Amino acid sequence: MRMTSVRPLRPPPPPELSSLHGRAMDNLAFIRNTMEAAGSFTAVSGWGMVAIGVMAILVSIAAGTRDTATGALNVWLASAFLSPLIMMWAMVRKARAAKMPLLSGPGRKFVLSFSPPIVVGALLTFVLYRAGLLEAIPGVWLLLYGTAVVAGGAFSVKIVPVMGLCFMAAGVISLFTPVGWSQWILGLAFGGLHIAFGIPIARSHGG
Amino acid sequence: MAKNGAARDDARAHNPMKGATVKRAPAKKADELDRLIHERLRLGIVSALAVNDSLSFSDLKKLMDTTDGNLSVHARKLEEAEYIACTKSFEGRMPKTQYRLTASGRRALERYLDHMEALIRATRDR
Repeated sequence: MRMTSVRPLRPPPPPELSSLHGRAMDNLAFIRNTMEAAGSFTAVSGWGMVAIGVMAILVSIAAGTRDTATGALNVWLASAFLSPLIMMWAMVRKARAAKMPLLSGPGRKFVLSFSPPIVVGALLTFVLYRAGLLEAIPGVWLLLYGTAVVAGGAFSVKIVPVMGLCFMAAGVISLFTPVGWSQWILGLAFGGLHIAFGIPIARSHGG
Repeated sequence: MAKNGAARDDARAHNPMKGATVKRAPAKKADELDRLIHERLRLGIVSALAVNDSLSFSDLKKLMDTTDGNLSVHARKLEEAEYIACTKSFEGRMPKTQYRLTASGRRALERYLDHMEALIRATRDR
């Protein structure tokens, strides 16, 4: 009795090719691991932060022209949706330029640590809005954004958690100063801190 | 033709007898494998410096988990090729050696990364 032989649809590559492929993959993995261990590569894009900072300054000017707190909040909410898109685009560009996978090692840890305070911030925004406590929202945003940056920055270069602490300090100031100041503190912090920290990150940590 | 040329370069690079007589200039063609940073420890030094402004000798030694002698030999080779620059100073009474990646070292690493990616693409497509 003769058995039918099974032929793979795509024959495996010749051994010398798969060995070349394996060695090249191994070399890239070695480079990536060394860069991660050296600990100074940050997936956070400094230029992305500068772009968000510039946008925040423009947004704070636009929000300042609104007559009501709800109107100003809506302007900030629009920028809150736009900012992550800008940062994601900048991070993808940076990771591509460095030939590093975006969500490997430090990048993945950053995203996992950064996200929970941001989700909490979104929920608290809704709760505070419903309770009519609009004046508390800028302070809460700054505190939780700072918390997210500190948590994510624990796996990044030292300057990132320092920036997070500055945002938290701005949040505390915003919560304990006269109500009318909170919009300006929000603009100053989101604009100024992103630009002030974004430039050195871009210059010293790969873009 | 370009592929054949690259294959010849690879074949020559893998042959230590032929490779030993060829003195390579720091600037290399995109399709040529840079043997200078292909060596593991040197590749590690260049990769670590690519993501830091500068690193001290002891930082690199710790990072690469190697001996003083081994590190200094490989660092000197990279220095001679002008891929890295070395600054010596004193911290109190202790001598301190700092290394940083030069522009040509960064370009060499980028070319090496391109080369590895091209290899992966070429072997995957076959």
